[in-house]
Amino acid sequence: MLADKDRIFTNLYGYQPWNLAAARVRGDWDNTKALLDKGRDTIIEEIKASGLRGRGGAGFPTGLKWSFMPKESPTGPGGKPRPSFLVINADESEPGSCKDREIIRHDPHKLIEGALVAGFAMGARAAYIYIRGEYIREGETLFAAVAEAYDAGLIGRNACGSGYDFDVFVHRGAGAYICGEETAMIESLEGKKGQPRLKPPFPAGAGLYGCPTTVNNVESIAVAPTILRRGAGWFTSFGRENNHGTKLFQISGHVNTPCVVEEAMSIPFRELIEKHAGGIRGGWDNLLAVIPGGSSVPLVPGHMCPEMPMDFDGCKEQGSGLGTAAVIVMDKSTDIVRAIARLSYFYKHESCGQCTPCREGTGWMWRVMERLRSGDAALEEIDMLQQVTKQVEGHTICALGDAAAWPIQGLIRHFRPELERRIAEHSGAMQEAAE
Amino acid sequence: MADRHLAPDTPELRARWGQFAFNAAWDARAEEAIARYPEGRQRSAVMALLDYAQRQVGEETQTQGWLPIPVMEYVAKYLDMPVIRVLEVATFYFMYNLVPVGKYHVQVCGTTPCMLRGSDDIMAACKARGMSKGHTTQDGMWTLTEVECMGNCATAPMVQINDDNYEDLTAERIDAVIDALAKGESPKTGTQEPGRHTSEPLGGPTTLKQMVSENHDYQGKW
Repeated sequence: MLADKDRIFTNLYGYQPWNLAAARVRGDWDNTKALLDKGRDTIIEEIKASGLRGRGGAGFPTGLKWSFMPKESPTGPGGKPRPSFLVINADESEPGSCKDREIIRHDPHKLIEGALVAGFAMGARAAYIYIRGEYIREGETLFAAVAEAYDAGLIGRNACGSGYDFDVFVHRGAGAYICGEETAMIESLEGKKGQPRLKPPFPAGAGLYGCPTTVNNVESIAVAPTILRRGAGWFTSFGRENNHGTKLFQISGHVNTPCVVEEAMSIPFRELIEKHAGGIRGGWDNLLAVIPGGSSVPLVPGHMCPEMPMDFDGCKEQGSGLGTAAVIVMDKSTDIVRAIARLSYFYKHESCGQCTPCREGTGWMWRVMERLRSGDAALEEIDMLQQVTKQVEGHTICALGDAAAWPIQGLIRHFRPELERRIAEHSGAMQEAAE
Repeated sequence: MADRHLAPDTPELRARWGQFAFNAAWDARAEEAIARYPEGRQRSAVMALLDYAQRQVGEETQTQGWLPIPVMEYVAKYLDMPVIRVLEVATFYFMYNLVPVGKYHVQVCGTTPCMLRGSDDIMAACKARGMSKGHTTQDGMWTLTEVECMGNCATAPMVQINDDNYEDLTAERIDAVIDALAKGESPKTGTQEPGRHTSEPLGGPTTLKQMVSENHDYQGKW
């Protein structure tokens, strides 16, 4: 088990105050100037060497992402230099995910310090933290923490006495899952509907207000200062090759003690659940299926789970993904078809309506899922549904279409007999009624 | 996509809200929001201003607030942007109420993680009190909505009522919360599970135990 001294988010549960004075005791903002004095390139190289992969779900190497930002400010129309921006994605809305909320309400200074360090490394003029609208109290904490940091001279003009000017602004969302997609987030920041943009151009070339922009998850940014303080070697000492570091796991559903906990990457599923979540409700034999990375990834049947290393590659090997490490556990009392149908409803509700395959497909898939739930369907419709998911997947501007398709594909892959059983049972009952 | 409909633009609506303007307090907040964005990019503040407008409407009507069309027009004028762009934003994001709501907006999370932990019981408990999904009770006190994942999955099931979350609910616990609100009290927010602090495992944290009693600094052991 990860030792407490190696945990980054030491105030994860909020037993201690979030404020600047308390955060400083825990080691935040400790000579941040020295981190910046390392220089832009050294910081980016260190983050690259640490193997940190984006914590928002896709797992793209964070240091590499930062290196895409232009070294010199490009010039815009009229020869005026265009600033660069860091956008921090705190629009945590993936069903199952509840880690960014804990960081923001209990350890906001880790995030703000990370914003400065990351923003400096990529040459950004300012950071916008886009926090989901429903995080109302968390947003209040974040606004207050930013104000504290300004008052202490940690951000703003000559941030931390480094000579670098860097602003941090908080932008509240208003309830739209799609704004967690990076280009939708940029649109939303510009005061528009959050509909994703076509790529290219990529945000690093033309993002917020047409300026170079990098969008990073809260956790990716908040861990950066600790990695720089303790060195890439420390971070890579956890987890398997290509999956290094520590990670906030969010365990929900049918476990005895659901919780959020920081653990080393690649921890086997059984160990994670036994150590922190009190085991599966009703014992391991009662485990039906697990969604290891938030609603967008396919489920994994229970028997394949215990030894699964909880990291990007380990989950992928089981046909799923680590996503945000939002582990949703389902025991044998679960109506698995309903559980997935409810996710289909979620995607139908959250589709932005821009691309036809997603706008129409999510509703269509949900309606078929609802019929499969009661068995009021024909056997051929299972294959038809599978085909439709394939027609949505990969045919939309953003990944919401894929995210809507994968849970259904996972269900069909692993629980087809259950779908068939319901159809047979329903048609049997209908026949009986007719006789 | 969810169906979202505006309240009809009637002469009565115009008469009631046509003169809407931010009061001094919200006006100051609005100016502060605009200052967060580069010059000429004041439209970025539209989300904040719609929120403030909804909250002022809420104060004036003793409800959570909503956005009548004349109020949206006011925001458009404030930010020097076309009304249709404001309308697009207001209809796109779910936290903007397009029709009047009650004093308390009871938003029950019904997405899978909450569903697995018993959100059906929470919804049933609300309905048993006379609420119905998408409607406001006769006395104007309660509007019930089923919402999508609110990000409290490790303390599910949960309900958000106006600005506060109530987590680790059971039918009895949500009843107690609603009873307290009905009496004008302020029930404890966050987890309703006795002995639980936030999102640590029930029974006490399995990690970082030193943090429970003191603000521990682990740097000495690095």
